[in-house]
Amino acid sequence: MAFAAFGSAPTTEHKGPTKTSKIVLALLMPGLVYLGLFFFTPLISLVITSLEVPDASGAIGAYQYGFAWENYVTVVTTYMPQILRSFMYAGIATIIALLVSYPLAYFIGVKLRSRPLVQRLMLVLVIAPFFISFLLRTIAWKQIFSDGGAIMQTVYSLGLMPTSQHFLGTDAAVIFGLTYNFIPFMTLPLFTTLERFDVRLLEAGSDLYASPAKVFRKITLPISMPGIISGTLLVFIPIAGDYVNAGQNFLGSSKTSMIGTIVDTEFLQTQNYPIASSLSVLLMAVIVALVSLYVRSSGTEDLL
Amino acid sequence: MKRFSIGKLTLPVYSFLAMAFMLIPIVYTIVFSFNNSKQRTNTQWQGFTLDKWLGVCNKPDVCSALGNSIFIGLVSTLIATILGTALAIGLVRYRFRARALVNLALFLPMATPEVVLGAGLAGLFFNAGVGAGMVTVVIAHVVFCLSFVVVTVKARVQTLDPVLEEAGRDLYANPTQVFWKITFPLLLPGIISAALLSFSLSFDDFIITYFNSGSVETFPKYIYVAAARGVPAEANVIASAVFIAAILIVLITQINGAVKRKRMLKK
Repeated sequence: MAFAAFGSAPTTEHKGPTKTSKIVLALLMPGLVYLGLFFFTPLISLVITSLEVPDASGAIGAYQYGFAWENYVTVVTTYMPQILRSFMYAGIATIIALLVSYPLAYFIGVKLRSRPLVQRLMLVLVIAPFFISFLLRTIAWKQIFSDGGAIMQTVYSLGLMPTSQHFLGTDAAVIFGLTYNFIPFMTLPLFTTLERFDVRLLEAGSDLYASPAKVFRKITLPISMPGIISGTLLVFIPIAGDYVNAGQNFLGSSKTSMIGTIVDTEFLQTQNYPIASSLSVLLMAVIVALVSLYVRSSGTEDLL
Repeated sequence: MKRFSIGKLTLPVYSFLAMAFMLIPIVYTIVFSFNNSKQRTNTQWQGFTLDKWLGVCNKPDVCSALGNSIFIGLVSTLIATILGTALAIGLVRYRFRARALVNLALFLPMATPEVVLGAGLAGLFFNAGVGAGMVTVVIAHVVFCLSFVVVTVKARVQTLDPVLEEAGRDLYANPTQVFWKITFPLLLPGIISAALLSFSLSFDDFIITYFNSGSVETFPKYIYVAAARGVPAEANVIASAVFIAAILIVLITQINGAVKRKRMLKK
């Protein structure tokens, strides 16, 4: 099932015979060549484009190689607010998603073990949002939180917010939407880790007079760590690059633009490819740094 | 654990509420597919109607966008599933030195923000003089579906006992026969899950598609553009229909799996 996709799979490796390398090559090469051509080459091309300068003709969208490091300086100074905002949104949304998902994943993975059918149905519900358009789900929230909607009308009539203020278009609305959209990516890896959690360890802990809080801190939390880490990566990274939730036609406003918003405008509208590329390379560099921190602590075997 | 008497109820109640919260926009989208909205927008409830369901293609743009999305989803899934299954088998079954590197190469596409991959591919196609269209969208979709296929199939390959294949070889089956008669049928549930996941990722993708599709309209692109002036109820109909179909497939495979397991245990 889809949820196997997100956790670290149990490593019950078979010590298969080390077969001729020909078979390995035949199996791996097509996929790896594909990734080389259409994943790694585009990244290299982004780096090259990020160093380009407008060419002599001065036509829109025409650039030539110029080794222009200044592009990065321009990007950082011009788009600092968007860069900070993207990582702030991603950080807050990841923490909220973790806090919301953890008890849920614990309930499904540990408490529902005795009822496998209920457990399976709950998991189907967790992944259910994947099967309905991400854009329409976000638009649904937009309409639910619109000024004329029941929720905002209640808020206004209770005087919790002056009618001159709106929820839509604020940082909070965008963070809300991002958290909502990425919660399943946190719940699934947490579930895969907690599903294999041996609950007898908890009994052992409390038999040794550890308080429930101490049992959680010393046993449950360390065991959940692989799930927490892969969930964090799977939520933080896509959020940092998302710009749909923050879009003006969705939950955001002109005050909530993110890195993706700028890349979209610079690439598709202004056709300022070097600036769009430098911004993408910067974003990718942060992500690669995060992933390599993870690899250093846990190796590559559990990545997939 | 008997100490927590209040705690016993807190967790189930919380989980129930969290699930309900996750389902709100889904229910909202389905309910509004029955809205008798007269204008182009579909924001105010104006009474129940089946008209939008019965006449989805009265809005021709929605239907052609849907057709494109299904076509792109099927082709990318086919390619990603073939490449990904081979990668998964190779990774689990054989020890080789560059393993760590291959793992990393497969994880990175999953860890790349969509906007980076979208802009990177668009730049590459632009520099190579390849016009954006159906082909470029499919190429792009295979990139991000591939790793998810590998992860899903890999989990299945790990549960597969190589002894079964050895038995086949001992009985003089040639490698092709061993693969099609033993390995493939045993991997099939994993391959099907991977294909379903890949199709839903492709079908719902917006950002990468937006950068690489040129004038080709897809269902998410249609909604994104329509969001500026109001999404028609017909889009809700399509999304709801796709949702119901997908949930049914998942439930059938899940229940089927549970029944099979029970039967095996009885034997």
